[in-house]
Amino acid sequence: MEKGSAVFENRDLNLKATELRLGLPGTDEDSGNQSSSSSQVKSNKRSSSEMDGSELQQSGAPVSKAQVVGWPPVRSYRKNILEKKKSESDGSGFVKVSMDGAPYLRKIDLKLYKNYLDLLKALENMFKCTIGTYSEREGYNGSECAPTYEDKDGDWMLVGDVPWEMFITSCKRLRIMKGSEAKGLACCL
Amino acid sequence: MDHPSEDSPSSSDKSLGPTNHPQLPFPDEVLEKVLSFVNSHKDRSSVSLVRKDWYNAERWTRSKLFIGNCYSVSPEIVARRFPRIKSVTLKGKPRFSDFNMLPRDWGANVHPWLVMFAKVYPFLEELRLKRMTVTDESLELLAKSFSGFKALSLSSCDGFTENGLKALASHCRNLTELDIQDSISEDVGGGWLSSFPENFSSLEVLNFASLNSDISFDDLERLVSRCKSLRVLKVNETISLDQLQRLLVHAPLLTELGTGSFMQELTPRQYEEVETAFSNCKNLEALSGLWDANSLYLPLLYGACAGLTFLNLSDAPLQSGDFANLLVHCPNLRRLWVIDTVEDKGLEAVGSSCPLLEELRVFPADPYDRHHRDGVSESGFLAVSHGCPKLHYVLYFCRRMTNAAVITIVKNCPDFTHFRLCIMTPGQPDHLTNEPMDEAFGAVAKTCTKLKRLSVSGLLTDVSFEYIGKYAKNLETLSVAFAGSSDWGMQSVLEGCPKLRKLEIRDCPFGNTALLSGKLKYETMRSLWMSACNVTMKGCGILAREMPRLNVEVINDEGSDGSQADKVYVYRTVAGPRRDAPGFVLTL
Repeated sequence: MEKGSAVFENRDLNLKATELRLGLPGTDEDSGNQSSSSSQVKSNKRSSSEMDGSELQQSGAPVSKAQVVGWPPVRSYRKNILEKKKSESDGSGFVKVSMDGAPYLRKIDLKLYKNYLDLLKALENMFKCTIGTYSEREGYNGSECAPTYEDKDGDWMLVGDVPWEMFITSCKRLRIMKGSEAKGLACCL
Repeated sequence: MDHPSEDSPSSSDKSLGPTNHPQLPFPDEVLEKVLSFVNSHKDRSSVSLVRKDWYNAERWTRSKLFIGNCYSVSPEIVARRFPRIKSVTLKGKPRFSDFNMLPRDWGANVHPWLVMFAKVYPFLEELRLKRMTVTDESLELLAKSFSGFKALSLSSCDGFTENGLKALASHCRNLTELDIQDSISEDVGGGWLSSFPENFSSLEVLNFASLNSDISFDDLERLVSRCKSLRVLKVNETISLDQLQRLLVHAPLLTELGTGSFMQELTPRQYEEVETAFSNCKNLEALSGLWDANSLYLPLLYGACAGLTFLNLSDAPLQSGDFANLLVHCPNLRRLWVIDTVEDKGLEAVGSSCPLLEELRVFPADPYDRHHRDGVSESGFLAVSHGCPKLHYVLYFCRRMTNAAVITIVKNCPDFTHFRLCIMTPGQPDHLTNEPMDEAFGAVAKTCTKLKRLSVSGLLTDVSFEYIGKYAKNLETLSVAFAGSSDWGMQSVLEGCPKLRKLEIRDCPFGNTALLSGKLKYETMRSLWMSACNVTMKGCGILAREMPRLNVEVINDEGSDGSQADKVYVYRTVAGPRRDAPGFVLTL
């Protein structure tokens, strides 16, 4: 467990009681492992990253460590270097499109389309199949083909569930599922 | 100017010499000729203190102005003293503003300076600004006021849009350098590049890597092909590989190149063309950019790397394998900036491939530990120190470190001038022994006698500061965070380091006693920053009262109780309190 030094008690005002922090009420933080003799640093309103030994969030997922302003001392443009890594495309919005049973893949530029309708029409033309209309409850129920895509996390999703803007930034490649598999997909929804 | 004594009246007494013999006056022309060879501003300041006629000769012959803190002096004072300036370097905000620790609109606006320069220095040619606010209005004033203007460099500046740059491009007929370094927070716009006139061809340095707007590639290509003296070109991420190839064809003599995006599906023919273009860059010394570079495309660079002395991969998170393969082609590297995705294994490759290395900076890919990546540790640093004995500058972000490793590192590389170690978890001890990191920094201070700049981190008691005060006699800049046990720590440094110029401290248990112990010293320093320490408004008030030639500025966080001084910025000045201080800055 990383030791923290950034938790300080203010003797005069019990700011700790009203301090906003991520932790179960009543839990006490490590009061720091520096022996302060004459002076102690005042209560720091900004919680430090290792202070939050207990994590609490409704969904149960581990909460990201609270951040201290200006620490570590990196410039803002360096902060998201991992998240910035582009998806599998050449940077112009081109993504590969595969269709079950087709001998080769195609490539389209997502930036050329204004919305899902545009995109699906183009796909229908390109692959000579019917995709039909999307509905939130039943997906592409009844269609011969169902358009799916691989997102940034590597999961295969149904095209149409998320807002268009979110879709074009997270779509890495497209796959048009055909026939029984597609119908199976529709049936599950 | 780094010495606040302005008109030095006392120097007039020295004109008769120490034993009262009248001295032969040096003819002005001779003195001025001699002084024309004195370039360093520090030397010139020393010269100006000798006697009054030397002071005058110096002020008439100085053409380059360096102002390390724009608030230490005023435009009026500068204009009065120096009549003939062609080049100005101005620095504004304290360094911690880079990390969002200062509210917006804090100050350091260049405009009043430009207004004065326009009046007094019509022959101004160069302006280099760091951490200053530069508005479009200022850029327009700049563009229109100096017909011979040549070089503009903006490092960590903000406040402008493409309109200001457009004014520069349209009006500065003799522009040789436009260098915009480090990110600007807002989208600046890209239309400015198209504003250079069709017959404009004087550019030697063009760096717009940190402006992320689209620009017209056609206009850029035409510009590059016209500017036959172009030696530095750093484009932004919107420029693709095949576009870069076309630019390189026009400018094979580049010494510094910043690429655009380094990932693009290339046909075999395009791949070959790009490879050839790089191989033709025989003069390349510095390489940067390389956004999204990966194993497929890195080999394109190999032909250009033989003479490379500076490789900046801080925008390209590479894995150790690709990185090691690239390094094999760069035997002459002296400066290397990487992201810690290369891990210790990558740093081992540095140790074995780069024997001439002098500077290493390792940046964290994941500073907030969101992805739980290992990054680099003490073993990577050790490996570099074993293979690179000439290493003297390091900036190293890591998640763990040991005293033993640092002691060995400085034994291997005793010539450190800049040692900036950032163990990213505040107050973290030696991960093997669980002890404070005091001995590590003690070894740095003791062994590295040339040490000028030091950043400490990890769990540190006052002992580390005692070491620093005792041994770091050449130290000029010290950065401290989440460290120390008591006032004595800070006092040790203030008492012990005679050359200290800049001291920045955050989240340390240093209070009024420490602050006040250095009151005389602050007049010999450029500045002191203390935030989230134990300093109170009362203590700051005492300092301000007792030291009238210091500005003591306090910024309190919202909701603060008013007795603590949350952020304190102290600096020497001959200009008195700031007249442009925003409401949240209290000058005591």
